[in-house]
Amino acid sequence: MDVSRREMLAGAAKFLVLGFAAEAAADVPLAAPAQLPAYDPSQHWWGMTIDIDLCIGCGNCVRACSAENGVPDGYFRTWVERYHVKSGDQEHPKVESPDGAIKGFPPSTETNEKAFYVPKLCNHCETSPCVQVCPVGATFESPDGVVLVDTTYCLGCRYCIQACPYGCRYIHPERHTVDKCSLCYHRITQGLTTACCEACPTGARKLADLKNPKDPVHAFLRDNKVQVLKPHMATRSKTFYKDLDGSVR
Amino acid sequence: MAGGWRHARHLIVLALVVAAGLGAFLILRGAVVPAGFGKLGHYRAGAIDDNRRRPVSFAGQATCADCHDKQVEARSKGKHRIVSCEACHGPQARHADDPEKLKPVLPDTAILCRRCHEKDPAKPAHFPQVASTDHSGGAACNACHQPHAPKM
Repeated sequence: MDVSRREMLAGAAKFLVLGFAAEAAADVPLAAPAQLPAYDPSQHWWGMTIDIDLCIGCGNCVRACSAENGVPDGYFRTWVERYHVKSGDQEHPKVESPDGAIKGFPPSTETNEKAFYVPKLCNHCETSPCVQVCPVGATFESPDGVVLVDTTYCLGCRYCIQACPYGCRYIHPERHTVDKCSLCYHRITQGLTTACCEACPTGARKLADLKNPKDPVHAFLRDNKVQVLKPHMATRSKTFYKDLDGSVR
Repeated sequence: MAGGWRHARHLIVLALVVAAGLGAFLILRGAVVPAGFGKLGHYRAGAIDDNRRRPVSFAGQATCADCHDKQVEARSKGKHRIVSCEACHGPQARHADDPEKLKPVLPDTAILCRRCHEKDPAKPAHFPQVASTDHSGGAACNACHQPHAPKM
């Protein structure tokens, strides 16, 4: 379907016809939800909080994300990194993430270094570089603050992959369009939490609705030392880390 | 007068060429730009519902609690009270849809428990961890510990 669209844009007239047939088919709902539950995007502003001091590197989030979103093998919408920092050498941390931590981590042999886990995912930036560079408007920020992909419209040009400072995007090996964390948009718009948050055993990851005055995110942001990744990029990330070490890139 | 008409014809031809060009542009634009593009921003508005229109794999804690009162009760008193059912039992939306037909497979405690509780210096010091070979010599964790309400 997406191939035909790309070729269509390359100018082949016969693919024009095929492309439109495909687009009509894409409008047919999938088997699961025939009717979308009522949802008002103007009442929400989604993000996520991550407490480094609770992450145990079990990889549950990676497995859950993979199961929920059909992430192809070897690709990750979320992954966990293990950092080792030698005393006084903040600039050169050793970072490992074997297979995205989908099977967790083998026990570390380093004992005298500072070590910790850092879960990563799309930061759902408010001024997102990936959205700014997309030449066709196939990646966008939804009215409730989630960076999404229109797979029927993506050309697979990879500009957004280069633009993302956090390495959160990849080309889907079968669809040949870009893929990334959707903050489980199909779940959060029907009152569920994301798959990674549902599966996190320690509560290290929490979905946050910044527009909901009763959401615990406000206490989290007020009461803790909170940081975002690469603040100098001015992306206005909405993934907030508590107890984030300065060595994390 | 005849000369004036001759010059006017140039303008009419020019206007027709511009109109045809504009028409061709609008027809092509209408054909290429998808419906709803630009309604909410520089993207196809229907892409939002496309992202919503997907089945879930994880049923969510509330759905599990609808039927499994005993386990919820046991869990609420133990150290695993904040661990959701599907954190260990895996995605169960299909089981929740048809509980009789699709029974979940019990997780293998030899793998499951160690993922969280195997000793690792990168884990927060306050988190309970053991070096499993020293701790149990490879015996199954649930030979001693009850996973729904583990006691030390």
